This record gives sequence, structure tokens and C-alpha cells, in this order.
Amino acid sequence: MTDLEVQVAPHTALADRPAALALSGLTRNYGERAALQDVSLRLPTGDTLVAFGPNGAGKTTLLRVLATLLRPHSGSVVVLDTKLPDDAWRVRGRIGLLGHESLLYRELSARENLRYHARLHNIGAERVEEQLSAVSMSARADEPVRTLSRGMVQRVAVARATLHSPELLLLDEPYANLDPAAIELVEPLIGAESECTRVVSSHDPGRGLAEADLVLGLRGGRVSLLTDSASVGPDAIAELYR
Amino acid sequence: MRSPSLRALSISTVLAFCLSLSLVFFYAPIEAEEGFLQKIFYLHVPLAIVTLCGFVLGGLMAIAHLRTRDARWDLRSYVVIHMSLIFGVGVLITGSIWARGSWGHWWVWSEPTLVSFLIIMLLYATYQPLRFAIEDPERQARYASVFAITAGAFVPMNFLAVRLSASYLHPRVLGSSSNLPAPMALTFLVSLVAMSLLFATLCSYELAAKRTRILLKARSRILGYQ
Amino acid sequence: MSAPIPPPSGKTEPHAAPSRDVHARPGRPVHAPVGKHGLDKVHARADGPHVPPRTAKVVLALLRKELLVELRTLESIPGMSLFAVTTFVVFHFALQQNTVSGQEAAGILWVTILFAAMLGINRLFVADADQGGFDGFLLAPVDRTALLLAKAASLLAYLLVLELVAVPAFALLLLGPPLGQALPGLLAPLALGDLGVAAIGTLVAALAVRTRARDLLGPLLALPLLVPVVIGCARASAPLFELTHAGGVPLRWLGTLALYDLVFGLVAYAVFDFLLED
Repeated sequence: MTDLEVQVAPHTALADRPAALALSGLTRNYGERAALQDVSLRLPTGDTLVAFGPNGAGKTTLLRVLATLLRPHSGSVVVLDTKLPDDAWRVRGRIGLLGHESLLYRELSARENLRYHARLHNIGAERVEEQLSAVSMSARADEPVRTLSRGMVQRVAVARATLHSPELLLLDEPYANLDPAAIELVEPLIGAESECTRVVSSHDPGRGLAEADLVLGLRGGRVSLLTDSASVGPDAIAELYR
Repeated sequence: MRSPSLRALSISTVLAFCLSLSLVFFYAPIEAEEGFLQKIFYLHVPLAIVTLCGFVLGGLMAIAHLRTRDARWDLRSYVVIHMSLIFGVGVLITGSIWARGSWGHWWVWSEPTLVSFLIIMLLYATYQPLRFAIEDPERQARYASVFAITAGAFVPMNFLAVRLSASYLHPRVLGSSSNLPAPMALTFLVSLVAMSLLFATLCSYELAAKRTRILLKARSRILGYQ
Repeated sequence: MSAPIPPPSGKTEPHAAPSRDVHARPGRPVHAPVGKHGLDKVHARADGPHVPPRTAKVVLALLRKELLVELRTLESIPGMSLFAVTTFVVFHFALQQNTVSGQEAAGILWVTILFAAMLGINRLFVADADQGGFDGFLLAPVDRTALLLAKAASLLAYLLVLELVAVPAFALLLLGPPLGQALPGLLAPLALGDLGVAAIGTLVAALAVRTRARDLLGPLLALPLLVPVVIGCARASAPLFELTHAGGVPLRWLGTLALYDLVFGLVAYAVFDFLLED
């Protein structure tokens, strides 16, 4: 438990740093419509990308493509040095997705759900207990998920998403349904302190800009804004929603 | 488009049918037992063979679709299965007419060949409802291909299973094709060729029509008409 | 750089991946944050990427979850069993007799089992589709065929329980000759029939669940595909139910059933992955 000196390198060294994500011309169609069109970006390891955009802009689609749940229809997608979709199986165990759905079975308890996911990732039961106490759910871990409040379900979902200690976190509006106390609880797991590379979809310009290294604005599936967080203010974000 | 090839196909189909029909009415002998009605066999059996082969072909094209992820294979698979369904209705109708004429009933449940064919038709009748029940076009094509492969495997297996229950009411023309006198065999073969050509021609027309529609839609989208 | 992770199959021996040094990243604040509950983040992150589990273990984990959910919700098994018993009662009154035998008996038994199985098939993937269970599984570094195997195994388990209830009920309500004479021979058609229903049922359930008319399409797709299974099982067990000189099970039907199960087992294995991906 040591407190070392904080060092932040200037972002001019961006190109030299290894990339956790390298997208080039990523396109994903839905019939004749393009859910994502020609998205290109490069995210260095350890940085946080925050994606803004109105509903239907493609934020969730982008997260699901990066999570290997959707195949890209064209373009190149390299996640953690692995080419998708061909080698997607290699990289699944290193990515954590926290989406709109908790991915928990309502009839099972939090502990049973987490144990199930732990087995799927070949992780021991001790880790499940660690996660449960990290999100303060150990007391109610044996009650069926359907009896828990939305905030509690979201906390268990965070525990699930980070159960296998992923290097890349994909978070779709993670702080919805959470009160400030809960947000403080999950910060170490999914926040900037987690030291993971993160891609966060957000509707909150204030919080989003504060934690972003790279800012992405999507509109109609296309990249409308892509810059580092220092050079953009809340007005530019508001523009996206008009 | 590829009109020369369509034209060639259409012409050869018409010619083959003219040849086949003349053979049926003027060359093939009238069968002793069943009389003139037996000649419907030259229509019914080729229809049945082409239908079943069409279903299996649809399955093979579906395999190509899943392997190459090329939507054109899915379009071909869809057209072939659709056409086989239509031909299949023809089989059931001609089969009924023949049954009525030969055995006095429109339908005979104890006859395994008829029953297998009906089951296959019932299965493929769900192909289009399945497609319409899925909105996402890419997933629709993928699920349809999975269905086409499963159903394509079902065709031979179903015949095998049902035929094991012995009822030899259905004239075993194919199994005993060696017993078929030469003129009938020749007429049958020509009819089979004609029917296959008809199938190929109709499929090509439908494919061309669908491709044109797709192109038209794409162009109008680019020009902003949508 | 992390070592290449072997493909998740049960055959290759997974080797342990070396742990990475998570601190060797230029430009990041290098400090060891401690969570509110004394959780040492550094320690938790230093494991490195995990070795994927073997397919057999994954199938067991999935099966365990399936059976646990079924035990809690009791959605499939009671419904299937009750349906079968009720159907036999209806037949009993409709036929005005309790002495069916031979082909008739076999037909009634197998058709009833088939329709009861349809109830289970319809519900097989519903919990997963509605509660995001597919995503949870698809995000795991596992062989996707494990889901097919686990679901087919759980459907098989439901069928076994169904038959434990239905066959005695059938004997009580409808069967003329005593069940004891038929039972040993009945095991083979039951087993082969169950395998066929499990393979085809799982495939059709996965196909139908993410469509708009899932409750309608399931039976429409499954029933034609299962007709040969019903025919095979009925023909195979008909001699067992004869009133006088009950015969043995004709091997030719068992052979056909086995072949059918094999072919569709392979087809299901080959195409299942395509149903899961997006």
C-alpha cells in the first residue's frame, strides 16, 4: 500500500504508445441502414474513451462490436492486438462489458449468478466473494436477483463485468441507476482508478469530459467529433444532440 | 442484365417441353393396367424429383451462404426453395389426380411416399413465415440458411424413415426403372430434363427480377428518393 | 505482450499464461489505489489473463445453471408431466376403454410424449433470450457448442422425468397388456427417441426463440422434423404392446432411429454456432 508519485505524460506521445483499440473504417449495417459507418480511431492502452451522441447514434453498437458480440461488416477492428472477428475467441476473456442489461438470471441469487460466470471464465469462488464485498452486496448475496432494487442489480452487474479482471472495460451508461454512494463503491472497479483501458458511453458531458482522455462524438453512425478531452468543451458535446 | 443466357434457357425449355409432350402423347405406349391416365406419371414424377432435388439444392446453397457470408447465396437459396414449394404444390395436385384416377381416392394415407412428401411440404411451408418473423435482414438470412440446411438433410432422412413401413400401393417406377420398357423410359427421361430446365428457367427469372429490385432500391437510395 | 491463448476446446491441454506486469505502462499514474473495503487492486490485477475452461467443465456449469433455474421456476417439468397425464385421461374417456394395445397403444404413447416435449422445447431458451443470458454466455471465452450440449442434456433430463411420470400413467389409464412385459424392450426406443427429440428440439428452440412468433414457429418447425422419430418409436414399440404373443423390438426401426439421431445430432452441431452469433 504505497503512494507513489503521479506521472502523466503529455499526449503528444500518443502515437508511440501501444494501442488497446485500433479501428479503421469500421462499418456495421442493419439492413440498408448503417448503424456504424466508417469509424476510425486509435485508443492507447490505459486511456479512457468517452462516446457521446443521441440515442440511435451507434454508441451501443460500437460497444457490442468491441465486445465481440457483433461482427463488423467491413473495415478493420483490432482489440488488444487481436483482429476481430476472426480471432475473437482469443480476446473474449480479457474484455468486460457492462451494458443496459445486467445479464443476471432473475431467479438465481447474486452469488449463484456470479459463481456461474466465474465457472464460464474459469475463475475460483474466492474471487466471487471478493467482488461481492467490493460492491457491498455480501449481505444480500443469497436472495434472488428479482428481489433486489435496480441500484443493487447494477452493482452486482458491475461485479459480474469485472469478475475476470478484464484489461478492457466497455461501459454503456454505467452510472445510470446508481446513487452517489453506489457510484463511489464501483469507482475502483470500473472508474479511472481501475487502470483498465475503458470505453464509456455517456450522456453526461460534465462527468464524461472529466474522465475522458479521448472524446468521440457519434451521430447517425458516423464520427462527428474525435479529439482529446483537453481541446473540447461541453458546448461541442451539446452540439451533437441538436 | 444477362438476357442472352435467360433467353437461351427459355428457348431450350420450350423446345424440351415440346419434345417431351409429343413423346408423351404420340410415342409412349398406353399402359395396360391404368390406361391413358397413367401418362400423368410423366408430369407427376419429374415434378416430384425436381422438387425434392430443389429442396436439397437450397440446403447446399445455404451451406455456401454460411461459409462465404455472401448474401447472393442466400438469395439463390431462397429462390430455389420458393420455386420448389410451388412445384411441390404441383406434385400434390397431379398426385391427387392420379390417385383418384387409379385407386379411386384423392388421398391415401397408407402410402408412405405421398405422406413423406406431405410432411416435407409442411416443413418447408414454414420457411417464409420464419423469414418474415425476423426483422434484422442479416440474421434473417442466417437463420433461414440454418433452416434450409436442416430441412435439406431432412428430405432424404424422411424418405428413408417413412419408406420402411411397407406399402407398395405407390407404383414403384423408380426402383423398378429397369422394368420400364424402353419407350417409356425415354419419354420419362426427356420429361425429367424438360422439367429440370423449366425449374432452372423460372429460378433464373425470379433471381433476375429480385436482383433488379435490389439494384433499383440501392440506386434510388443513393439518389435520395427514399 | 500476453502469450497466445489456445482455442477453447476440450482436446488441447491449456497452458498457463505468464502473468503480466500491469505497471509497465508509460504515462499512467502509478499508484496503488485501495478500495473502500481494503481490497488490494494491485494484487487482483496481477493474475494476468485467465486460461479458458475446458468444454466439459463449461457444459457442466451451464447444465448446473439450467437445472437450478428449472428447480426454482418449475416452468417445464410439471407442465410437461401434467399435460401427458391429462392427455391420457382424455384419451381414456374418448376411447371408452382402457385396453388399447399394439400399434394403437404405441401411437398414443408417442404422440402424447411428443406434444408434451413441445412444451419443454418452447421454454428451453426463453429465460436466456429474455434475461440477457445469451450475451452472458457469448462474452465468455468458451466453445459455443457447449451451450448446445448443455441445453440438449437438460431437455433430455426433462424428458426422462416426463417419461417416469407418463409411462406408468399410460399403463394405468390406457394400456391393456401389463406394462411389465413391455418395459425392458421399451427402454431402447425411449432412449433413442429422447436423443432425437433433444437434438432437434434444441436446434429448433434456438432457431425459434429470437423470432417474433416464437411460440408458433417452434411447434411448426419441430413437429415435421420429429415425425420420423415418432414413427420409428411407435413402430419399434408396437410389438411390445401386443395383447397376445408380444414380440421383440424390430431392430430395423432401432437402426433407423439411431441413424436419424446421428444425422441430426451432427447437423445441429454444425449449424448451432451460426444461430448464436450476430
